[in-house]
Formats: sequence, structure tokens, C-alpha cells
Amino acid sequence: MSSGGDAKLFARGKVAELRQELNSGGKKDKNYSAKKIALKKIVANMTMSNNDMVALFPDVIDCMNLPSLEIKKMCFLFLVNYSRMKPEVAMKALPILVDDMEDTNPLVRALALRTISYVHVREFVEATFQPLKRLMQDNDAYVRKTAAFCVAKLYEHDKKTVENSDLIDRLNRMLKDDNPTVVSSVLASLCDIWGRSESISLTIDYVSASKLVSILPDCSEWGQSYILEALMSYVPQDTAEALLLAERVAPRLSHSNSAVVLTSCRVILYLMNYIADEKHITSLCRKLSPPLVTLLSKPPEVQYLALRNAILILQKRPEVLRNDIRVFFCNYNDPIYVKVTKLELMFMLTTKDNISVVLAELREYATEIDVHFVRKAVRAIGKLAVKIESAAKQCIDTLLELVDAKIPYIVQEATVVIRNIFRKYPNQYESIISHVIRNIDDLDEPEAKAAVIWIIGQYADRIDNSDGLLQDYLATFHDETVEVQLALLTATVKLFIQRPTKGQQLVPQVLKWCTEETDDPDLRDRGYMYWRLLSTDPATAKQVVMGQKPPITAESEKLDPRTLEELCLNVGTLATVYLKPIHQVFRAARPRRLQHSPALQRLQVEDGTASMLEYNPPTANMASASTSNSGLATIITTGNPISPVNAPPAPTFPVGPSATGTAAGADAVNAADNYFNGIGSQQMASMDLGGRGNGAGSGGAPQSQFVVTQNQQQGYQPQYAGGAATGELLLL
Amino acid sequence: MLSGILVFNQKGENLIFRAFRSDCRPRLADIFRIQVIANPQVRSPILTLGSTTFSHVKHENIYLVAVTKSNANAALVFEFLYRLILLGKSYFGKFDEEAVKNNFVLIYELLDEILDFGYPQNTDPDTLKMYITTEGVKSAIANSPTDSSRITQQATGALSWRRSDIKYRKNEAFVDVIEDVNLLMSATGTVLRADVNGQIVMRAYLTGTPECKFGLNDRLLLDTGDSPGANGGRGSGGISGNKKTTRAAAGSVTLEDCQFHQCVKLGRFDADRIISFVPPDGEFELMRYRATENVNLPFKVHPIVREIGTTKVEYSVAIKANYSSKLFATNVVVRIPTPLNTAKTTERTSQGRAKYEPEQNNIVWKIPRFSGQSEYVLNAEATLTSMTHQKAWSRPPLSLSFSILMFTSSGLLVRYLKVFEKGNYSSVKWVRYMTRAGSYEIRPALRF
Repeated sequence: MSSGGDAKLFARGKVAELRQELNSGGKKDKNYSAKKIALKKIVANMTMSNNDMVALFPDVIDCMNLPSLEIKKMCFLFLVNYSRMKPEVAMKALPILVDDMEDTNPLVRALALRTISYVHVREFVEATFQPLKRLMQDNDAYVRKTAAFCVAKLYEHDKKTVENSDLIDRLNRMLKDDNPTVVSSVLASLCDIWGRSESISLTIDYVSASKLVSILPDCSEWGQSYILEALMSYVPQDTAEALLLAERVAPRLSHSNSAVVLTSCRVILYLMNYIADEKHITSLCRKLSPPLVTLLSKPPEVQYLALRNAILILQKRPEVLRNDIRVFFCNYNDPIYVKVTKLELMFMLTTKDNISVVLAELREYATEIDVHFVRKAVRAIGKLAVKIESAAKQCIDTLLELVDAKIPYIVQEATVVIRNIFRKYPNQYESIISHVIRNIDDLDEPEAKAAVIWIIGQYADRIDNSDGLLQDYLATFHDETVEVQLALLTATVKLFIQRPTKGQQLVPQVLKWCTEETDDPDLRDRGYMYWRLLSTDPATAKQVVMGQKPPITAESEKLDPRTLEELCLNVGTLATVYLKPIHQVFRAARPRRLQHSPALQRLQVEDGTASMLEYNPPTANMASASTSNSGLATIITTGNPISPVNAPPAPTFPVGPSATGTAAGADAVNAADNYFNGIGSQQMASMDLGGRGNGAGSGGAPQSQFVVTQNQQQGYQPQYAGGAATGELLLL
Repeated sequence: MLSGILVFNQKGENLIFRAFRSDCRPRLADIFRIQVIANPQVRSPILTLGSTTFSHVKHENIYLVAVTKSNANAALVFEFLYRLILLGKSYFGKFDEEAVKNNFVLIYELLDEILDFGYPQNTDPDTLKMYITTEGVKSAIANSPTDSSRITQQATGALSWRRSDIKYRKNEAFVDVIEDVNLLMSATGTVLRADVNGQIVMRAYLTGTPECKFGLNDRLLLDTGDSPGANGGRGSGGISGNKKTTRAAAGSVTLEDCQFHQCVKLGRFDADRIISFVPPDGEFELMRYRATENVNLPFKVHPIVREIGTTKVEYSVAIKANYSSKLFATNVVVRIPTPLNTAKTTERTSQGRAKYEPEQNNIVWKIPRFSGQSEYVLNAEATLTSMTHQKAWSRPPLSLSFSILMFTSSGLLVRYLKVFEKGNYSSVKWVRYMTRAGSYEIRPALRF
């Protein structure tokens, strides 16, 4: 069909010329080759979003009935692309499609059904319902699986009409189909519908789940993924059932498709919540490790995903990945996103037994070229000192070695982590202070400056020329960032408290600057606070300023139990890349929570009440499952979907703009907002389905947009780690 | 699932744009171009803007992009993109900008077939080639209704990867065991990491619907009596190290993990470690495995780097072949990194040729044929230009590439391949072994 030499056709064309070409040839053109070439050019122009092509709509429709499947497919592609812009012209194609759905050739029937259901025009959607019901019972499995997806497509176009029809029931009944491909397609379709409506719940009982697992081997790898995903809607009522199912899913972990592997991990981790016996849990955990590591021999994008999921799974089930940490060592040629994630995982897996190997490795990374990566490696060394007390000395020695190389960004990063080490182990390792101070002139980043100033202030009585050092910084006080100014203020007060004679000249000056010459409210407040404290009761001032600080840990980036639970139910999805509460990144995603059942093992109920309230009681689901015992799985539409009475209350997550970060991020958010909103309003007018004004796109909804890029997500976030007072947050 | 598939060239021209859902707007192509292709700071393959996520893979000189809304199954997205590349290679030989431009209509046709509403459908090249064809790939059957039914049965059947009407006069099966051995050696000569990623590629030219059984010298298979419990087949964590070495000496290997082609009956493997399958016709990857114990490192490398002042670096690299003298490696290439400010180099070698490649900052030492147990040496010197700003050199590791036939680093052997078919024909089987360098890196020892 396609000649394979079409590159020359991939060029911008004019409507008039193309129309002429399309109509040339006439009777002589037996194989319609002239028409084919013209159509190919049109398809190329369509790709280049040359929207003039829409003028050719009538001419293209004229070609639709020519006896060539290749021409037909190109015409259909054109139709799918442009029907929204010219619905009235597109109407002429409708009879052809309806006709084709009765063709004797199953491939043609399926093609017509697939195409008609892509067209976002009301008449097309309405015309699909009747033929679809027939084709759902077609004697050809290929047509039936196309029909199964078609229901989800119609649901996207027009929720209400689908819910008011019996299509979802019919779809449900198709689960009894004896062709596994059809069954997996039906499940994919049902899950898609489930994801779009809060008023629909999907319930699978044990018998059905067990049946689904038994057809897994007969499905394509994609079909297996769909079935595994659907198994997440099975709520085990009995711990033995959960175990049996988990063990039957486990062989899938050896599949070569990483989607099958990771979705199997998800199902097994999910089922573990319902398994009582710790021995079985351990044995299942042991099965999860090797496949996760094996994914590291896949392409880098899949490696990345596997690593991010390993970080997640490790927090839930620390017994996974107990094997050699060395498999996570970075290869020199790994892409940066893989390296940084491996580093994070290495940090998590380091214990006092393997710290020597890890430190040697991190030291090696600190000599690489990528500044971002080097900084993370240095930071990891500092974090390990905080995490593993017995190895702190070893970590500090490694840091000092690195500092001696005098590479500016290493020195700065090391200064910051050494500050944290002092925070964690007060009044130890003071011998290294001089070592740090020696490089004071190399520091030019606010975070590093603030760190060294904190050290000077904290140990003002042990550093001989502490007043001189502070004075040097104070000379440029007004040019510093607020972070550094805050550190200077506190350090000066500490100096005064510890060595009043040396500090008495500096303090009034700094307090004056902070209270009278700054616009920053934090700085001013802190200035006034110190001022009053010092002027009313110096003894209390000492207690407050030099008091015991709360201990810091290196585990602060651990996910809270609620987010952890939610993410574990979404292993392998995009959210696991960001490792954030799903609603912060994907507003439209339907939440998933562990469903209550007699078998549910809730050992660490921290905020269990919240998740219990949001859901329909499981008994209701079971009841409805038993009433329609015909199907394998049941999808239930609860009454009028618009009425808020039946809909479970949507859980609200405290998502403030502060949660996502930097100012640069906010700019990008706004830009994206403008983009999407613009698109929404321009195009909505022309493709509004009657009575469904809000339908066109979830992107245009009046919700604020968030940018979460990998860089930002793991990026350098000085606003968290900065300042002497906020040393609790250590970021890798 | 997927809302659309986009293909771009390096300039950011949109070569393919196929939307599968109404939320995939044409303007998204511009957003990807601006946010990813034109933005050198983007280093992640996944970018989420608002509710839209772009997941991309770079292959040859094209970007393949999947657009998703909401929280999609990311593993499925990337597997699909890589499958698309495989499919492109299978159809066009190479999947690059030229191939895409030359076949854009066919690619649209394929996309319409392998994705429905953004859900991946059957992606087996053999089945697809029955009805989506180019002149290079001619369909064996015409598209009449009866033939179409055969196609649809094939596309939705349990054996979607194999047609039932395959006939060969001579029944043959070729098995290639290909191992990539990875090494990371520290400057002090300790092995930080050594493992093997193996792959078994099969080319099956067999009549009918053959049932194949495949056996390896896998420890757990040979020694089923010792497997730790009914469900602990794969986790080798609990077994003591001593036992492992004795097993290896007895001629068996421990596979850390295996992953199989769609055609392998995973249930059977999990139960009794029998690899049983009906193969696709022609070439396919039967399995992948990983081994981490008793890895035979084919080459020992001792690099010594001396930095003399700031103007000169001296290298002395010795490399010894650690395999039987009956075997030999081919295309052995040692890459020795040099500082960025290298002006010129001189090299002397006891075998092969060495050359400085300034664009890679490498001295490349090539030895076309390296017989077992022999040892060769390179001495080199790099003269550096002086720089006003003395920046530390990161000293990347040396890396090796090579291939050795009839040698497996893991010690893995194919014990048997049995073919059962109702025609009861006899078949010829061939096995080949090859070990290549995966990431074979040695950190240089520094002397001052």
C-alpha cells in the first residue's frame, strides 16, 4: 500500500492545487494512485497543522467510498481530525460509516466503529448507540473488543446518555465472553469509565478475580496490564483468598514487559494489606526484589521509573531490596535523572555495615562533572553523617577531604551539610571548625554563607576572631539576601550573649538595620524580638537564643502514611515519579484508598478514620454484586450522577500554592494556564455538544495548574534548608 | 490512558500527530517543542504541565512523545513507546526521521490499529504485517472477508504471536545466548560491581504449532529438591554463600532473576521451573536473565595514571585476557579518557593500535583479535596546554568493549531444547554463546 518513499510528499501545500490533484486522474486512474498521492499530501499538511486543509472536507468525503481500504483509512483520519471544525460537512460521512458497520468484512466493521466513535459531534455519537449494541454481540472477537472500547469512548463524549442507556450493563455482561482479549478490553473500558465518574463504583468478587487471574496467560501483555489494573478493585474479604491470589499473580513478575511487572507489584503490594501472616508477607516481599532490580537493565526511562518505585516500596516494605546496595551504584554514562534517583536510593539503603563502601562511592561521584549531581553526592555524605551516628566521623573525614580540593561548589555544599552535622551533634567535632572557616572567602551562595554564619554564631566563644569574621560580613549587610541577613542577625546576637565585650558594638548596629532599614517583615520582627529580649531580661535572652534545639533527622523527606498508602495503590503510575500526594499533581485523578474488609490488616492506623468515611460501606457493594451475579465484575451507577446526595464527598486535600514551590515555578504555571485556558475557550465554541457546556476538556477547568518537573521536584531548594532556625529540613 | 502520540525531529518539526482523545489539542505540539526540545534544562523524560504529561523517548534523531492526562500507567506508556520503535524497525529497517517521513501514512495506519482510545492493542509485528502492509512487507493473504476473519482471529487469539499455517521444509531453531557483562572496578582494584545481563534470542523456523521445552544449567532447576519452599523459588536471599560456590563448581549457575517473552508459560516456570512455550515465527527474545554470582571477568585491566605537574599526564595500561587460550575476543576497544585541555598525545602499544580522538577526549586503543591468556600493554603520554583557569579534571573511568564467542561470563549453558509438534517432524537446533561488554568500567589509579 504505502510506497515507502513518501518524504517528498511531506511538504506544505495549497488548497486549490491539492483539490485539483484530488480530482484529477479521472477514469484513466485505475488504481487511484493520483488520489492516493493527493490524500497523502493532505495528511502531511494536517500534521503540520495547516488548517486550510479543512476546506477540502467535501472533496475528501467524496473519496471515502472508493474501493480502496488505504484511501478509506486516510479519509477517516481526516474526518476524525476536522469533524469538530466543520460538523455540518462531516455529517455527509455519517451514512458511509453506518453502512460500513454492516460490512461483511470484520476488519471494515471494526474500522468503521472505531472511527465513528472518535468523532466528537453529537449526531455521530447518537448514531453509534444502536449499531454498537449489535456489534457488542458480533460473532467476531476483533469487532467485539473494538465495541468494548467504544463504550468508554462514548462515555467520554456524552456521560449522561450512556448512563441512561443500558450500555454499561451490556458491557458488564461481555465479561462472560470466552475470548480473553475481549474480556481484558472490557475491563480496560470499565476502568476508564470508573476513572471519570465519582458516581460509579467497580466491584469484583473473589470468584471473578480468580477467573481473571486464570485467563492472564492467554492475554496479550497489554491485556494482562488491563486485567491486573482491574484487580485493584477486588477487595479481599478473607486473608487466605488474598494470599492465594497474590501467589497466582506472582509469576507475572517474570514477564518481559515492565508494565506487567510493575502492575503486578502494585497488585501484590495491595493484597499484602489483607494478608495476616507475616511469614507470607516476607516471602512475597522477597519475590518483589529481583524483578525490580532486573528493570535496571531496561532503557533508562524504565530504570528511572523502577527506581522511583523502589524508593516508594522501600518506605512501605523495608524488607524489599535487602540485597546488595551495589546494584544501585551509578554507571558513568547513566542519564542524570537515573543517577540522582540511584543516589537517593543508596542513601536509603545505607546502614552502618555498608557505609564504608557507600562513602568511597560517593567520594568518587563528587569528582564528576555534572555540578547538580556532585552537589547531591556531597549532600548525601552529610546526610549519612546525620543518619548513622556511628559513622559520623567517617563521613566528616570524607567531607573534609573533598573540601580540601577547593572546588567552590563542593566547598559550599559541604559547608551547608557540616552545619547540619553540628546541629545534630552539638559540641562534638568542633576541631573541624577551623577547617571550615578557612574556606570562608570562597563562599558566595546565600545558603552556604548562612551556614557558615550560623556556625560562627553558635561557636562564637570558641572561634578567636568570631567578631572579626562577622564584621566582614556585616560590611555588606545591605547587599545580602534575606536568608543571610537573618543568619547575621541571629549570629550577632549569639556573639553578644557569649562574648558581650566583643559583641556590644555590633549588636545595636545590626538591630537598627533590621528594625529601621529593611522592608522584610520577618527580619524586622526578629530584630524587634531580639531587641526587646535583650533590653528586658538578658538571662532569658541567653536561655532563648542559646537554648536546646530540637533534634534533626535525615528522614524528613519520608512520605506521610496517608500519601504512602495512596501511592502504593498506584505503583507504576506517573504519580510515583513525583512521589507527592496524587491530587497535588493530578487534580482530575479519582482517588484510591484501601477499602475496609474483615481481612484488612491495619497495623499503623494513623489517620484511618478519614479514609473510612469517604467511601461507600463495602456491604453495599457486595449486595449489589450479588444481585447481578451474572457478570464477572460489576459496575454500578448510583442514581442520578449529578445529584450530590449519592456521590461520596470528594476528599479535599490542603493544596496551597506554597506546596509546590518556587517563584520560577509559578511563572511557568501561569504560562501553562494561559496556554490551556486559551485553547479551551477558542475551541469550545465550535465543538460544544448540545447541553454539555463543560464537556470539552478537563484541561480548561478553572483549577490552578501546577508544574512539577523532575528538576524542580528534586531541585535545589534553599528556601527550605536555609536559615539557622529552619535547619530541620535536610534535602538530599 | 494515552491521549495522543507525537513524533518530532530534532529541529522540533512535528512529523506525526495522532490524537486519541478530544483532550489532545494541536497546540500541545507547540508546548512540547518549547518546553522540552528547545529547553536544554529539561533532563527528565517526564514533564507534567497542568493536567498534561509528556513522556518522551529519544531514538536516533527523533523524539517519540506520549501525551497523557491524569495519572496514567507510566510503565505502560514507556513500554509502548519502545514497542513502537521496535515495530518501526521491523517495518522500515531503521526508525529515524527519514523512515518516518517516508512512511508517515503507514505510521498513521499502524497507530490507528495498535491504539484504540489510547489503549495499546495487539502490537505483534507478525500479525500486523498480515494486514497493514508496505511494498516492502507484502501481506500473504488478500483482504477478503474470510481472510479477514483469519486475521482477526490471529489478532485476538491466545497465540496472537503465531500464525497457524507456517510451513518449513527444513525445521530449524537457532538459539543465541548473549551476555552483557558489567564491571565497575575501583582504583584500588577491588570489584565494586560485577554482574551479567543475559539475553536468549531464538530464531525459530518450525512448522505448525510447536511446543518447545527449554532447559538451562540453572541451579534451581538442577537441584529442585533444595528449593526453599514451594513459593520461594526465586528469592535466593536465604541461601548461604558457601553452598553457592560449590554448586558453581559443579557446573550450575544461579540466576538472580529471569524475564520471559509473552509466549512463555509463566505459571509453569513458577511451579517447576520448566521453560515451555510456543515460539513466534522467526527471531524473538525468549528471555532475559541476571546473574551476580561467580561472574567470570574476561579481562583484567590495570591502569596507572600519573599526573606530572599541570602539563603532562602519563598512562600505563595493562590488560590481560582471563579466558581459555583456545578462545579469542574480537573488536576489543579500550577507551582511556584524557583531560579536556590535552594538546597532543603519544602512544606505544605491544599489540593493536592506539589513537587520540580529540572530540571524545579519549585515547582509543583497538585490538582486533585478542587470544585467551595473553597480556598487552599500552604506554601513553598526554601533553596539556596551560589554562588560565585551572579546573579540576573529573577523571572518568576507562571503559572496554569487546565480544567473545563461545564464552559466557555467568557460566550459563543450554542443556536441551525439545520441540514437540503433532507432525512429529525432526528438527535441527543450534546454540551459540557470546559475551559482550556491557558497562565495563575501571577507575584509574592515580599516582603523583
